[in-house]
Amino acid sequence: MAYTQRLDGRKIDELRPMDAKAGVIPNAVGSAYFKIGNTLAYAAVYGPREIFPRFLANPKKGILRCHYGMMPFSGAGERVRPGGSRRSQEISMVIAAALEPVVDLSAFPNAVVDVYIDLPQTDAGTRCAAICAASIALADAGIPMRDMVSAVAMGQVDGTIVADLNYGEESYPAVVSDIPIAMIANTKEITLLQMDGEITKKDLMAALEMAKVATQKIYELQKKALKERFIRE
Amino acid sequence: MIIINTETIKGLAKDGKRMDLRGMLEYRSPISIDLDISFTAEGSAKVTMGDTVVIAGVKLSIEKTYGDTPDEGGITVNAELLPLSSSEYESGPPGIKAVELARVIDRGIRESKAIDLKKLCVKPGEKAWFITVDIISINDAGNLFDAAGLAALAALRTARFPVVDEKGVIDYKHKTDVKIPIVKEPLPVTVYKVNGQLMVDLTVAEEKAAESRLTVGCDAHGVISALQKGGTTPLSAVEIGHILDIAIEKSSFLRGVLDKFVKA
Repeated sequence: MAYTQRLDGRKIDELRPMDAKAGVIPNAVGSAYFKIGNTLAYAAVYGPREIFPRFLANPKKGILRCHYGMMPFSGAGERVRPGGSRRSQEISMVIAAALEPVVDLSAFPNAVVDVYIDLPQTDAGTRCAAICAASIALADAGIPMRDMVSAVAMGQVDGTIVADLNYGEESYPAVVSDIPIAMIANTKEITLLQMDGEITKKDLMAALEMAKVATQKIYELQKKALKERFIRE
Repeated sequence: MIIINTETIKGLAKDGKRMDLRGMLEYRSPISIDLDISFTAEGSAKVTMGDTVVIAGVKLSIEKTYGDTPDEGGITVNAELLPLSSSEYESGPPGIKAVELARVIDRGIRESKAIDLKKLCVKPGEKAWFITVDIISINDAGNLFDAAGLAALAALRTARFPVVDEKGVIDYKHKTDVKIPIVKEPLPVTVYKVNGQLMVDLTVAEEKAAESRLTVGCDAHGVISALQKGGTTPLSAVEIGHILDIAIEKSSFLRGVLDKFVKA
């Protein structure tokens, strides 16, 4: 029985309802929230500022540091203990790597730009939502950027390629693959690619093609959020 | 960036004035509460007080009862002052400010016996429900104590127990309509002394100019259920009397806000 009807009734390339807003945390230099379905990420940018510990400083350019965290009540089941985990450390690292290609910190040697991303509720696709929120927050902060980064979790559920997996699909009782993808908005170059599950080369290439269209929709929303922040009637 | 005008704030306070033209005993307005901001929590609320934004989330779990209270469940309050919410906070384990915030809110709710813990018992001597309230700062623009206390109560009021199957396993995806047995609802009010004058709902810059503070937890009948003095300057008994009057009045103001946004 192939996966022809999605659990929540979406079309195979349809994203969950999205919402984005820039400038939601007044203390931060730049900030945003990004919501896709029931996954919600807040992002705040602090810096460029002095880096501690000092030995991390790069005299040639500033460093981009990302910190991803799930709030203790944001998981699908029991309370999650606050504080870092191996998972959050790795996700923080791949988020920074996904954003770095568009961020130009050459004007800020020895400094750091910290991006904090925290999620009050999650329903799959958290690292992608985190990247989308962080990208808006960096632009809101006025950090020099070549482009925006937009991300979505593509998936293959029982042989069908779908866009924006939710938790129900991620844990569907069949062969499932979860493929978070981040793309530079205008070039469609890939800055984050991970996968777990099983997939053929043909299906993966199809997923990458579908991701181009999906990330374009996200990019339009990111731009809209930034315009709403800076254009006043 | 936080601009500290300590001397200006102190000078104004002496004449009963504030940088943002508020009265000394006036909260920032409007104060709003958004409910169910996290569908994964059993109850949640977001309090916005001026630029200060605080989230509280309630999680429920079934745990083994304690030996000295075999017929009771429990409640714990935890606070995370996220580096997302201010340039003054760093990643890592909770600092003393987060620990104090959690302890003061915890004392207000737990020690005042605001929750009927006996009603949380599932099987005496074996299993009971345990409540965890997590307080998370989103933007610290001052007065986290009062905002956090309001958020914690709003989240507790909206919380609903999850479904438990016949094997005793919790199904967190489905909620019942059973509420947490709240007996009374103490709300904290923090009164600061700035250059000898008493003030409520301080901004971060005002907090830095203050000499001392007293957080007072009050229930709907004006009964005091928690106290915490902070700062290094002493308070006289007369001053404490004034602070208590202010706290009792302001807690009923905050209770009005709570009632407006959250059904009891």
